[in-house]
Amino acid sequence: MAQLNNGVAASVTQKQPLWLLAEVTYRCPLHCAFCYNPTDYDKHTKNELSTEQWISALRDARKMGAIQLGISGGEPLLRDDIEDIVAEAHKLGYYSNLITSGVGLTEKRIQAFKEGGLDHIQLSMHDVTEDISNFITNTRTFELKKKVAAMIKAHGYPMVLNVVIHRYNIDQVDKILEMAEALGADYVELANTQYYGWSLVNRDQLMPTREQLNRAEAATNAFRERVGNKMKVFFVVPDYFSDRPKKCMNGWGEVFMIVTANGDVLPCHSARVLPGLTFPNVRENGLEWAWKESPAFNKYRGMEWMKEPCRSCSEKENDLGGCRCQSYLLSGDAEMADPVCTKSPNRHLIDEALLNSQKPFLREQPIIFRTDKNSKKYVEGDKERIEQFHALP
Amino acid sequence: MENNIQHTDIYAIALHHRFQWEEAQQSYVILFPEGMIKLHGGAGEILKRVDGKATVGDIVADLKAAFPDAEDIENDILGMFDLAVGKAWLRKVN
Repeated sequence: MAQLNNGVAASVTQKQPLWLLAEVTYRCPLHCAFCYNPTDYDKHTKNELSTEQWISALRDARKMGAIQLGISGGEPLLRDDIEDIVAEAHKLGYYSNLITSGVGLTEKRIQAFKEGGLDHIQLSMHDVTEDISNFITNTRTFELKKKVAAMIKAHGYPMVLNVVIHRYNIDQVDKILEMAEALGADYVELANTQYYGWSLVNRDQLMPTREQLNRAEAATNAFRERVGNKMKVFFVVPDYFSDRPKKCMNGWGEVFMIVTANGDVLPCHSARVLPGLTFPNVRENGLEWAWKESPAFNKYRGMEWMKEPCRSCSEKENDLGGCRCQSYLLSGDAEMADPVCTKSPNRHLIDEALLNSQKPFLREQPIIFRTDKNSKKYVEGDKERIEQFHALP
Repeated sequence: MENNIQHTDIYAIALHHRFQWEEAQQSYVILFPEGMIKLHGGAGEILKRVDGKATVGDIVADLKAAFPDAEDIENDILGMFDLAVGKAWLRKVN
């Protein structure tokens, strides 16, 4: 049934939010340079939802069809109620996943998670060398992560490792995979950095070269051939090196729903950067209204919102025009084709970024780590940094 | 392609995978890290019977009895086992 919401033509969706991501806190003991969390996260660290509010959000989302639950952050283990959230998720029939840096995972807690019915734990690793791992996270956490990996294995959990790939570790992909094999990993995600939040700020410093990328992909394929079905390796391709955009989040409001630390409900991790959108919040709006009827979730659902060159493009159903946030962050226009697309009039922004990342002066600029202090600067509106953040010419 | 599957084989849902009925989908699903497989009608009926005890032969006989009008059901069943084993949704118990 079509209806009008603040001038946005919308129809009540039949889609179900199969994937619920609970970003339970933005607090984090790590300071990763590639974090996709908003650069102004500091303003969302107060006012976190209570245990009861999380549990009621889980119940409502489950009724709407949510089944895969990611408990993420920040570092979710900084909250002391993850045990309660996990137990409730299990009772409701979710397949639940704790996405963690490993910091704060103790024998006592992992035992409680097991008893509560947590299904798996996804651990972030960064490199085979202590130096690079500690450098990119701006912490001394390398040895601890290896201990946590052993603990996860010992408790009979599937071992899911997530490794964000960038210029500092891409040449070691073969060794990273060997390390994963030695740790007994069942799944490994080699996630090439996508440029949002902190990683966009540090784009020139993190971007690999095309040659590095090709070598890493070849090394991954060789490893897959050797190891076969025993370990599943996902290689998430960086879209800057592609000539068509990714179907971001599998489409806006198609299968993903994110509830953030302060209760905002989002169709993707970085949607709050988009101008002129008010996102629903679980404190004021039900999840069902948020998903089905809120103007924000209907704004870019489907293909009605598109303009040229997307509107008449024969490939529009493949990628739904790519990523709204990427388009806005790079070109200033959220409704334009994703600049990654070679049919986009903004493709030069991607090509320039690829060129810039090879310029010695730019790539040697200091990395801005994800810290509360740096985040406060973004909240306060540090002019110079905001220019860089939007990557405007 | 069904040659890999024997009537005497016994299978169970693979480690770290979960099989359940999803009310919202009105279908059976298999859940695993980062993924879900939605099983349409017949596929769900087959995997529902995979319990680490019943042989493939038992399951074929049971389904033939439950769906007497379905033609050439045996090939479909063996094909489904072949797919599920190939995708590592099932593990061989015996």
